[in-house]
Amino acid sequence: MSLLAVKGLQTSYGAVNVLAGVDFEVAAGETYALVGESGSGKTTVIRAIAGLAPAQEGSVRFNGREIRGLPERRLRPLRKDIAMMFQDPVGSLSPRLTIGSLVTEPYRIQGMKDRDLQAEAKRLLEMVNLPAHFASRYPYQLSGGQARRVGVARALALEPKLILADEPTAGLDVSVQGELLNLLNDLRERLGLAMVIITHNLNVVRHVADRMGIMYLGRLDEEGTTEDIFADPRHPYTRCLLSANPEPDPDARLVRIALRGEPPSLLNRPAGCEFRERCPFAQQGCTRTPQWETEGGRGLRCLAPLKSEQAA
Amino acid sequence: MSDTLLELDCLSVDYETSRGDLKALRDISFDVKKGEIVGIVGESGCGKSTLISSILRLTAPNTRFREGEIRFKGRNLLAASEKQMRDLRGADMSIVFQDPMQTHNPVLTIGRQMLDIQHRSRSPKAEKLARAARMLGALGIPDPEARLKQYPHEFSGGMRQRIAIAMALMSEPDLLIADEPTTALDATLEVQIIERLQELQREMNCAVLFISHHLGVIAELCDRVVVMYAGAVVESGEVREIFHNPKHPYTRRLIDCDPGHIKTRARVLPTIPGEVPDLAALPQGCVFRDRCTQAMPHCAAQVPPLSKLEEAHHAACWLNHGEVPA
Ligand SMILES: Nc1ncnc2c1ncn2[C@@H]1O[C@H](COP(=O)(O)OP(=O)(O)OP(=O)(O)O)[C@@H](O)[C@H]1O
Ligand SMILES: Nc1ncnc2c1ncn2[C@@H]1O[C@H](COP(=O)(O)OP(=O)(O)OP(=O)(O)O)[C@@H](O)[C@H]1O
Ligand code: SF4
Ligand SMILES: [Mg+2]
Ligand SMILES: [Mg+2]
Repeated sequence: MSLLAVKGLQTSYGAVNVLAGVDFEVAAGETYALVGESGSGKTTVIRAIAGLAPAQEGSVRFNGREIRGLPERRLRPLRKDIAMMFQDPVGSLSPRLTIGSLVTEPYRIQGMKDRDLQAEAKRLLEMVNLPAHFASRYPYQLSGGQARRVGVARALALEPKLILADEPTAGLDVSVQGELLNLLNDLRERLGLAMVIITHNLNVVRHVADRMGIMYLGRLDEEGTTEDIFADPRHPYTRCLLSANPEPDPDARLVRIALRGEPPSLLNRPAGCEFRERCPFAQQGCTRTPQWETEGGRGLRCLAPLKSEQAA
Repeated sequence: MSDTLLELDCLSVDYETSRGDLKALRDISFDVKKGEIVGIVGESGCGKSTLISSILRLTAPNTRFREGEIRFKGRNLLAASEKQMRDLRGADMSIVFQDPMQTHNPVLTIGRQMLDIQHRSRSPKAEKLARAARMLGALGIPDPEARLKQYPHEFSGGMRQRIAIAMALMSEPDLLIADEPTTALDATLEVQIIERLQELQREMNCAVLFISHHLGVIAELCDRVVVMYAGAVVESGEVREIFHNPKHPYTRRLIDCDPGHIKTRARVLPTIPGEVPDLAALPQGCVFRDRCTQAMPHCAAQVPPLSKLEEAHHAACWLNHGEVPA
């Protein structure tokens, strides 16, 4: 059984349908990456799982138990097992608390009064490679990357079973990023930690994710093991996205496949395949609506999937 | 007039703290020429944001300017009045902050905020709104007219970042300062922003000071790169030189750590072992010494100067000095 199973998840804000049915599962000890277009609904997915965004339809099962729509009172004990790292690092830290109180806040919220909070603060800061004297600082006295690490320390405080991490390495230099990813890898191996990680950094995805899902306009368009997706992207959007990744070499000559046109309006979703107007590979039949098809551990929503040799 | 737009001349900046002065920037010198795109890279906490908030004079209250000058079009900004700075900001130079929430007022709609920054223009309101909508559309935000009526929290992280970029570009500045403006953008948008900035450079000769941890973006966008470590510039040079012929051990390690080079899944990613020195209690000699695998005895004695190795390539490391003083 999966640790997390999301099925048919839908979210609307007023008339705007932001999530139009999202399905995926994450096993214990597995890292699942959600990637995709900015504004496609990635943050909304994990906020809805954590009960921080509305979800009008669908199901979210954690350890087999339905948790969608639970009232805050019943969600609180679950927050021990499901931790969240927010996309906006400074904004998610309360400005009036010291870093020491911020990283140990989860213990106080859970009423774990027997803890030596000072010792815990030191341990947690060390874990993310921040010196212990940072405990007396306030958020505005940190650099962007340091604030990000405080968010990570806080999420790890209660040794959760599942981490929902929104851009956990944005704003970190490649060495600190490496340290953090190694730490998360280690926790996964030692504690069986599962993770849903949202990131725009495709280099990070390649190294941490076991499986990945690619989102477009509030739905998954493709899913599979990370290795398979990078080696053989079948959805045209996935292929455009992967081909865009900038290379750390000023002389690199990249062959990019550009998206056409503008991102469509959520107020007026296109008919047929919703990617059609921007798809460089669209064919006549794409005016029909593609269904989500799964085969051999991969999922795809496309009427004219790319073949491996096309994806070379 | 010279073609230098911005000059940092021996700039040193401290933060006063209860543990004593934190030496956040030490002896920073480099320039940005008109129409040039300069990247700044360096480890988290090395002073990049402090540097740009100093240029804009938008610093935290405990900031102390100790030494040096920041000259913009020949004028020392550290001596400028608050009013002169306000006139410069958002006209000749504009900024995209690391944290988009620093740009956006949470209680005003995006449309209101985009009108406010056009306060110098005499065009009618409808025209200003239309211009705002065009800017958002150009950065890939669907339904821009309807979106202008929304508040910042109703946008995704990457949309807020794009709105911040749109707002910074509205005044057609001579210098755009951008602190990690693409961290919340997917790769296709990132490429689009890179192209947009290069277009501005070509068409309006706009110079850009661009901070990023994404070495791929730096390699693709920038003409020149400044590498910082623990509050100091350790290397600077033309982008090809920095990536293909780095002359400081920190730069070399940084490039080696980039997972962008590693195409198959690594169980353990490379890092730079050791810790950044405490800026409130700096060690003697080279700041990178504790983590440098090539350190020599002399490195503990004296700070290596940022010296010119070739035209426009500078590095601060004793390894580049043929004869190291004993
Ligand atoms: N509170 C809200 N009210 C109205 N619309 C919202 C709200 N939160 C999100 N949205 C809209 O939902 C859509 C998806 O947003 P979301 O933040 O989930 O995107 P994302 O995939 O995380 O994007 P990014 O990569 O840019 O962070 C966007 O169009 C956004 O404007
Ligand atoms: N107001 C402040 N008071 C005291 N220390 C501060 C203050 N602001 C920043 N610092 C410290 O000064 C150093 C430089 O911070 P800065 O924000 O300039 O780093 P940065 O290079 O932008 O890092 P990042 O890449 O993580 O954003 C850091 O060690 C930070 O903790
Ligand atoms: S000066 Fe010495 S310690 Fe510093 S980087 Fe060069 S070799 Fe390493
Ligand atoms: Mg998001
Ligand atoms: Mg910064």
